[in-house]
Amino acid sequence: MTRPITANRGLTRRHALSLGATTALASPFIGRAWASTTEITMLAWYGHGEPDIVGAFEEANNVKFVPKYYAGGDNMLALIAQSPPGTYDVILSDAEFVQQLNAAGYIEPLDAGDYPFDDMLHEDFTKFPGHWSGDTLFSLMVRFGHLGVSYNTTAISAEEAQSYACFWKPEIQGKLGHFDWHLPSLGMMSLYDGNGAGLWDLDDAKWEKVQATTMSLRPQVGGYFDYGGTFNSLKNGEMQAMCGIGDWITGVLQKDGAPVASVVPKEGGIQWTESYCIGKGSEKADLVKTFMQYMLSPEGQVKSAQMAAYPGFAITKAGRAALNAADPKEAERTGQVDGMDNDPITLIREGRIHYRDIPKQQTLEDWNDFWSEYKNA
Amino acid sequence: MSGGSGGSGRGFALTLRVPLIVWQGLFFVGPLLFMIAMSFFLVKNYRMEEAFELKNWARMLSRGYVWDSYWLTMGLAALNAAVASLIAFPAAYALAFRASETVRRWAIFMLIIPFFTSYIVRTFSWYVILAEAGPINAALGGIGLGPFTMLNTPFGTLVGYLTLTLPLVVIIQTVTLANIDPRLVQAAANLGCPPLRAVRAVILPAARTGLIVAALFAFILSFGDFVAPYYLGGSKPPTLPILIIDTTKSGQQWPRAAVVAVIMMGTLITIAFTALWLAYRRVR
Repeated sequence: MTRPITANRGLTRRHALSLGATTALASPFIGRAWASTTEITMLAWYGHGEPDIVGAFEEANNVKFVPKYYAGGDNMLALIAQSPPGTYDVILSDAEFVQQLNAAGYIEPLDAGDYPFDDMLHEDFTKFPGHWSGDTLFSLMVRFGHLGVSYNTTAISAEEAQSYACFWKPEIQGKLGHFDWHLPSLGMMSLYDGNGAGLWDLDDAKWEKVQATTMSLRPQVGGYFDYGGTFNSLKNGEMQAMCGIGDWITGVLQKDGAPVASVVPKEGGIQWTESYCIGKGSEKADLVKTFMQYMLSPEGQVKSAQMAAYPGFAITKAGRAALNAADPKEAERTGQVDGMDNDPITLIREGRIHYRDIPKQQTLEDWNDFWSEYKNA
Repeated sequence: MSGGSGGSGRGFALTLRVPLIVWQGLFFVGPLLFMIAMSFFLVKNYRMEEAFELKNWARMLSRGYVWDSYWLTMGLAALNAAVASLIAFPAAYALAFRASETVRRWAIFMLIIPFFTSYIVRTFSWYVILAEAGPINAALGGIGLGPFTMLNTPFGTLVGYLTLTLPLVVIIQTVTLANIDPRLVQAAANLGCPPLRAVRAVILPAARTGLIVAALFAFILSFGDFVAPYYLGGSKPPTLPILIIDTTKSGQQWPRAAVVAVIMMGTLITIAFTALWLAYRRVR
C-alpha cells in the first residue's frame, strides 16, 4: 500500500529519494527538449529582444533570443569589433552606421526579393542611404522615429515648442536635460543654426558656430542622462525639456499619463532609423531571415509600433493599416493615419525631416571631444 | 632546536602568505600592468591594436576637460571624506563611550545591513526622495520652504557618496574609539578637562590612525564611484569615472580611458601613502 504525501506528513525521505530518481531519469529528456530550442543571438538597442517583440516569434519557431543591448552606434561598433565572427546572428543598427558595418565586413548580404519592398510607405525606404552597396542589399530598414523638441506641457507651450529656441527659455534654466549622446543633440543645434539639410555637412565656420550655439545652452542644462535617467527625469518633472530625443521617450511617458510631448519644430527634425542586418558568419541566417520577414509583416510592424521600451513608426503600408485596425488610438497619437498633419511620412515629404547621419567634415571623435568639453563647461 | 623551529615557522608563515601574493599578483598587479600597457595602444576602426605610442597620453593630458574633471573629482571626494568623518564622529563617540556592549553590537549590525542591498538600488531610492516632487520637498513645502533642487547637483552627488561610505566610516571610527582605554578619558575628566577639550586632547590623538584610515576609505570609494555622480549628480559636470565611460563609449577608445584610469590609480596611491604616513607617524 502506497502512502500518499500529505501536507501534514510532509515529504518523507523515501519520497524525496524517489522524486530525485525520477528527476534524474527524466533529465536527459528535459535536456533534449531544451536543446531543440535554437538560440538566436541579437545585438540591439534595449527592448528589441523582449517578449513583447519576439515572444510570439519565439513560440511559433521554437527559438530563443539572447539579446545584448547597447546604447549608441559607437557602442555597437565597438561591441562587434571585440567579438569573433558569428557572435551575433542578428544586429539591429542605426541606419547611419550600416555603411561602417558593411565596410568592416561585419554583415552578410541579403536577398532583396525576400522582403516587401513594394509596400514601403516612402520611396526612400526602399533604397535607404547606406543600406545598399551597388545592387546588393546589406541591411533592412524596420522602423523609424522622429527627434525634435521634447517638453513638459506645463512648462512650455505647444507654440513655444515649435522652435528649438524654447530650450533657452529662462523659466526652464537648469531644467533642460540632454540624452547623453552627441549625435542627436549636436544635430539639433545644427538645425537651429539654420543648416537644414546640410546639418551633418559642416565646414569649419559652421562647425564653430554649432559649438558656440551649443555652449550658449550650457547654463540651461540640468543634466546628461542615459535611457533610464531620461525617462525618470522627464517623468518626475526634474527636467522640463529634453534635447536629443523625441516620441520614442515621451510616447511611453504619455501613455503613462505624464504631461509631456514631442514635436518636430520649424527648423526641422531628425529621423532615427533602425535596420536589421545578419551578422557575418551567422549559422542561423535562414532563421534570422524569417525573423526579419516577420518584423516587416503587418503583425511585426504593429508590435514594433507598440514596443514597450520605445515606440517606432511602421514603414510598410500593410503595417500602418494593421496598426490603425489594431490600435487606432496609438496610430492617431503618433500621426500614423493618412491625411493627418503630423503624419511622419508627410513630414518627410515636406522636407522637414533629415535622416540622422554621421559628421561629414569632422570625425565622430571631433564631435565627441567637443561633447566632453561641453559637459565640463 | 630554536633555530630549526624558527626556520619552519618562517616557512609556515611564508606558505600562508603565498595565496595572498598570488591573488594580488593575478587580480591587481597583472591587470594594473596591462592597463598601463594598454594606455600606449592605438585604436583603428574601433579595434584596439598593440603599440607603444604616447599619443593617448599627449591627447588626454592636453585636454582641459580632463583636468577639470580631475580637480572636480578630487574636490568632491575630499569633501565627502570630510563630511562623512564629521557626521560619523558623534555617532561613533556615542557608540564607543556611551552605549552598552549590546547596543553597540546591534548598531554595528544595523550599519552593515545597507551593504546587503545593491548600491544602485539605494541610489535610485534617493532619486525619488530628493526629487522636487519628493517627500523631502513636500515636507519642506509644508512649512513654506522650497522646493529645492537637490537632484542633478553636487549636493545629490554628495548624498550618493555618503550613502556608499558613511556606514563604513562609522564602523571604522566606532571600532577605533572603542579600543581607546576609557580610563584615559576618565583621567582627563578627573583632572578637570572639559568634555570637548578631552575629545581634542585625548581622544583625537589616540584615535588618529583609525580616523585617518576611515577618511581615506571614504575618499577612495567616492573618488572611483560612477553611480552617484551619474545618477544623482546628473553627470554635470562629469567626474573621472564618468569620463572613463564616455571615452570608452566613443569609438572604443579604451587606451584613452586607460590613461584616465592610470592617472586615477597614481593619485589614489599617492594619497593613500600620504594618509598612511600621517596616520602612523610619531607625534612628539
